[in-house]
Amino acid sequence: MKRFTLALAQMETRLGDPAANLDKHLQIIVRARRRGADLVVFPELSLTGYMLQDLASDVAIAANGDDPVFRRLLSASRNVDLVVSFVERDSRHRHFVSAAYLSGGALVHLHRKVYLPTYGLFQDSRFFDRGEDVRAFDTRFGRLGLLICEDFWHVSPPYLLWLDGAEVLLLISASPGRGLSDDGRLESARRVDNITQAYASLFTVYVAQTNRVGFEDGLCYWGGATVLGPDGQRLAQGPDLEEALVLADIDPERIRTARLALPLLRDEQPSLVYHGLARLLGEVSR
Amino acid sequence: MNELSTSLAIDPDLARRILTGFLRSETTRAGFARGVVGLSGGLDSALTCYLAAEALGPQNVLAVRLPHAGSSPDSLEDAAEVIRQTGVRDITYSIAEAAAPLLASIPAKDRIRRGNVLARLRMIVLYDQSADFRGLVIGTGNKTELLLGYTTLFGDSACALNPLGDLYKTQVRQMGAAMGVPARILAKPPSADLWPGQTDEGELGVTYADVDRLLYLLVDERRSPEACVEAGFKTAMVRKVIERIRRNQYKRLPPVVAKLSNRTLGYDFLYLRDWAN
Repeated sequence: MKRFTLALAQMETRLGDPAANLDKHLQIIVRARRRGADLVVFPELSLTGYMLQDLASDVAIAANGDDPVFRRLLSASRNVDLVVSFVERDSRHRHFVSAAYLSGGALVHLHRKVYLPTYGLFQDSRFFDRGEDVRAFDTRFGRLGLLICEDFWHVSPPYLLWLDGAEVLLLISASPGRGLSDDGRLESARRVDNITQAYASLFTVYVAQTNRVGFEDGLCYWGGATVLGPDGQRLAQGPDLEEALVLADIDPERIRTARLALPLLRDEQPSLVYHGLARLLGEVSR
Repeated sequence: MNELSTSLAIDPDLARRILTGFLRSETTRAGFARGVVGLSGGLDSALTCYLAAEALGPQNVLAVRLPHAGSSPDSLEDAAEVIRQTGVRDITYSIAEAAAPLLASIPAKDRIRRGNVLARLRMIVLYDQSADFRGLVIGTGNKTELLLGYTTLFGDSACALNPLGDLYKTQVRQMGAAMGVPARILAKPPSADLWPGQTDEGELGVTYADVDRLLYLLVDERRSPEACVEAGFKTAMVRKVIERIRRNQYKRLPPVVAKLSNRTLGYDFLYLRDWAN
């Protein structure tokens, strides 16, 4: 892992308008570059907005240079690495909530949202196909992991990324605010904070979480981008409910010292999980 | 019961940020800069007016006072105080004259029918003013009213945006106090002011304090009726409230379209209002 500066964009998007959202990405990228960012991470469905419903197929793009919007982003990634998110259409006309890691003008990694929330206000699996794979990937800075929203409400994807060697977990969301109480933050914001803090502490990895802001009809996205160190320390915190660009330095030395102090990775026994799952799945099939 | 009262407590500053953001965003996305609020002199419309003034700027909010022959004079005065404090623009339009020929054919004892006529006349004036002022009609209904169906369909429920629709009356009061709604408005018994002496709690047969706690348990916490009875609510009240929620579902939905084609409005033609806005 090399030292680098990460920027989390917590931005408003325009629902179903990739051209307008692309312009905004390019502006944010320029600003982030000026502030010294090596990697800019955009929130879930940053190119399209979240509650797309029947718009999903209209705004879907192929994750390659044949698509004019994707081509502009590939080109923008020559100067700075990017994580962008969009509706991906594959060659068989399936639609995924996807996020792409772009660097040096090329697609480095594509993650398709595995867990599609379909409960409460969420309708993901009515409109999207689900991804089937979670894997860490190598970048010019080191090995990273990328998950989308509901993916990290399940413990297995971050756990798999950890075992797969990810030293920084990039978690991107479009999380509608809900759960107003007399606490100063919405329940959705507090719970995501608890979860991300747990991952940083349990896996001794950096966790960088960004969420969009703005409204879609009555839904209010709460922002609150966060960077947590491998010792669980909060290194950067974006405001709630407004646009921001949140920067933090990722320092490999911090990972080393965190793991010396707390050798959870050294002592982890994946075979325990493996045998436990084999037993449980075996029992299920019997 | 203490535990329940705590659950209804809100952070009014956070709610204020979200609701003013909502009003600003959803007004401008729809291509407007202005809003129109029917100001009754009661708490809901007063708070809505404060929020709209903060969100859009007082010069971009038109408060419309809509008295009728039987309106309490206090209502007009309380509304005037809100207009003074928020600095919004205002107009007063009596619906008495327009109401007279319609009410003439409705028996005096049929208060519901007469009240609905007044509520719908107000809607007509508000929407006409919204065309003239080039602003969206901002509704004032709260979650208690919407759940219990204590509204007039196409009357007071008609609006473009509804900022208070997810706040129970108890929470509206908490927020009103935090935002500086005049004490007199906060203190007076909630009333639709459709006939002399009318109060919401008198008509509903329950207090807001009680019914809000019950609604919170049933709707927000999805507790069973039995659990609500165990929590101290009378069985008859629990049954009555559940029945009201169920019977009034129609008021919370657009008119039902009969499905014939493969793609039908309301079933499988699904877009947010903010579609490319």
